[in-house]
Amino acid sequence: MSNEERLVKVFSEALDIDSSLVVDNLQYNSIPEWDSIAHMALVAALESEFDIMMDTDDIIDMSSVQKAKEILAKYEVSFT
Amino acid sequence: MSVMLDKKIVFITGAVRGIGYASAKVFARAGATVLLGGRYLEKIEQAIDVIRQQLPDAELAPILCDVSDEKSVKTAFQKIFSTYKRLDVLLANAGVLNDALIGMVTTEQIREVFGVNTFGVLYCSQYASRLMARTGAGSIILISSIIATNGNKGQAVYGGSKAAVIGITKSLAKELAEQNIRVNAIAPGFIDTDMARSIPVDKFRERLDSIKLGRIGQPEEVANVALFLASDLSSYVTGQIIGVDGGMLI
Repeated sequence: MSNEERLVKVFSEALDIDSSLVVDNLQYNSIPEWDSIAHMALVAALESEFDIMMDTDDIIDMSSVQKAKEILAKYEVSFT
Repeated sequence: MSVMLDKKIVFITGAVRGIGYASAKVFARAGATVLLGGRYLEKIEQAIDVIRQQLPDAELAPILCDVSDEKSVKTAFQKIFSTYKRLDVLLANAGVLNDALIGMVTTEQIREVFGVNTFGVLYCSQYASRLMARTGAGSIILISSIIATNGNKGQAVYGGSKAAVIGITKSLAKELAEQNIRVNAIAPGFIDTDMARSIPVDKFRERLDSIKLGRIGQPEEVANVALFLASDLSSYVTGQIIGVDGGMLI
């Protein structure tokens, strides 16, 4: 499974949304399922999936799927 | 060896003496892997050596951590994550006492006391809860004080910093319950630590006279309550402030 597929799977499961909704421009707080509570669950799921520990600033900055990819790239998780 | 905390990963801040050190011993005896936090590696290793003399099979490791420094806390938890991949129990015990009458309190004192006693608790709780959320379980134990609820002359800063811990405990208990993370605090009374021994003799006597059980508490007596809160014996306990004070009146 590619990193892209893993990311989509984590978003879909953590936010309990269809995987078709996990696109780059999906924004934090733009859907009821991605609220602050779900955001922390999403962070925990991403950290577990990619075996990383994110900085607090990155958690706060993770405002979209695209942004999540950029942040994960800092932790050597590539999406190219 | 007891299996009460068998295979649990426990991080204790301020673990080289007093309540933290006693808790490290009690938790190790209960089968936990105990990570002893402190600011100086040499002191942590000394504490570990002493515990190992009594408990040769104890699983112990040092974690350098200045709880008042967010970067230091982050580094400590990154080390816990990279080494153990999980955290089951946080005992946020590190604390400082620096008393003065309000007219003589300096800004530096306020920053120091709140930096360790309050900011440190928030930093550690933040990172600990994130590690615990991954496994869907955990116990966070914070150390408040009888001074937080009762107050005491000359202890506005210390009392304020420890009263904040109560608010943190109750708020985090509500916030983290759905992740199955329990958050409780212990409010010790007069406990036989270096901190208690640092007060003037007349004040020491005055404190003893105010305790219904008629004696100073031992760090192990606080550690035993921490063990209860860390273990599954307290699986339905969260958001509580448990006094361990021998019936002390202030």
